[in-house]
Amino acid sequence: MSRLQAEILVEGQPALADALVLTAPISFWGGVNPRTGRIADVRHPQHGVSISGKVLCLPGTIGSSSAAAVLLELVSAGLAPAAIILHEPDAILLLGLIVAQEMGHATPMAVKLDRKEFPRLVDQRLAIDGTGMVSVQ
Amino acid sequence: MALELTAEQRAIASGARGEGAAMALRIVAATARLMGAPSLIPIASAHIDGALYHGDSGTLFAEKLVEGGARVAVRATLNVGSLDLTGCSKNRLEPHERGMARRMMDAYRTLGCEPTWTCAPYQAGHRPAYGSDVAWGESNAVVFCNSVFGARTNRYGDFLDIACAIAGYAPYYGFHLAENRRARIVFDVSGLDVEFLASEAAWPILGSLYGREMGDAVGVVAGIEHHPGEDALKAFGAAAASAGAVGLFHVAGVTPEAPDLATALQHQAPEAVIKVTTDMIGDSRRRLSTAAGAESIHAVAIGSPHLSGAEFDRLERLIAGRRLHVPLYACTGRHALAALESSGKRQILERSGVIIVADTCVVVTPILPDIDNAVLMTNSGKFAHYAPGNTGYGVIYGSMAECVESAVTGHPVFGAAE
Repeated sequence: MSRLQAEILVEGQPALADALVLTAPISFWGGVNPRTGRIADVRHPQHGVSISGKVLCLPGTIGSSSAAAVLLELVSAGLAPAAIILHEPDAILLLGLIVAQEMGHATPMAVKLDRKEFPRLVDQRLAIDGTGMVSVQ
Repeated sequence: MALELTAEQRAIASGARGEGAAMALRIVAATARLMGAPSLIPIASAHIDGALYHGDSGTLFAEKLVEGGARVAVRATLNVGSLDLTGCSKNRLEPHERGMARRMMDAYRTLGCEPTWTCAPYQAGHRPAYGSDVAWGESNAVVFCNSVFGARTNRYGDFLDIACAIAGYAPYYGFHLAENRRARIVFDVSGLDVEFLASEAAWPILGSLYGREMGDAVGVVAGIEHHPGEDALKAFGAAAASAGAVGLFHVAGVTPEAPDLATALQHQAPEAVIKVTTDMIGDSRRRLSTAAGAESIHAVAIGSPHLSGAEFDRLERLIAGRRLHVPLYACTGRHALAALESSGKRQILERSGVIIVADTCVVVTPILPDIDNAVLMTNSGKFAHYAPGNTGYGVIYGSMAECVESAVTGHPVFGAAE
């Protein structure tokens, strides 16, 4: 079992879930269906895959400034990822978690990890604790 | 570096201006901490992208601000909503969604935002001064504001835009700092055909390529001989901000922070130079279409970003009174609609089969008919990017002239003269 110390970007619930490592950046608005949690962008290589309940590893985010709104809807519908791992902080997306907390929702945690670590997370089951420690199960 | 708040900011966060303003300031401060900003800076204006309905939570958020007595502290224009309140077009939202979308639009007005309902506020009289700090949302508006006006904004997402407008402050980081506005990559188009560069279709194609190549980096386009006009820069920025995370571009000799290439680079060497080739342009054009082989089309959509008066004039000239075989949805804001109505052009266009869509657009709310395997033609790099995921329509990209000829025949027509 290997462990990686990630930096906490937004505090939230600890996670134990399968990793979903996206192979291309995504725009949440237009790219993820807020009613199903599935990737809706037909040009994305993982089109149709659900991000709900996964440890979502994002190599980058692109496009619309409405990403936070989609993430807030996913949180309030119980369709959010179990945790979000980003290469770098993204205010547009993570605002969805900050606002969800203001609205009284329990939210997934967002942490930062260098994307060169992402390949070893593919198809793994991950635990993330309250200190941002990521353990490959 | 820890975030330092002034006494006034701390007072707002503690409720001196009410619980709504306190929540707004907490959100701004949380974002500042997330992004490592040392302080908050006062802003001159905001453009709010948060009034588009994505689900009930967004409506409840806006109403929570209203209940907390919040009001915007600076001028704040509104981006598109989910409903066409002018009645020009109809949409297929279910009653619950329609009601929540309406409540959301009402809440943002109650907060003191101007009901501009457009993604092109910069053509509706909201034109911030060079060098001023603002908080704008909507990716195309952000990139236009930074690049064409030289005003300073980060890419403010939903919620943060209204939070900044209410607080009157934004996190001090990113594009608010001069050094982060330096072009690092040169996007050299001097090797491209001059006739192509002078065409309307060039700008969305170049913008899509630019967005994919740049990601979130700041670049400078080199090799443009003449100012291409505001509508061309609008199309370029919208396509670039859809294909990448572009928040600021420069065009040497055209945009205000790039009187020449060296100034855009802040007199440093570029980290990379991309020599754009005709093959790259061909590839970028092909990538804009997902239904390239289709023999017929079901609709045409233009106006992302919203059409200007000048673009409506071109549309009218290109249609030239002919009857369209498939509907052409022309998306715009009230600023352009008012002029269309007073000149009688709205009626002329509608008689040809144009459906004017105001306050919203066909990619953000269900206006297009629900048809299996439907095909949409567009001249917008942004519509081309988002229509497949948001509407289910496959897309074919063409110039405005090609879009009009295709709407007249119902089949994709290429090579139409501009």
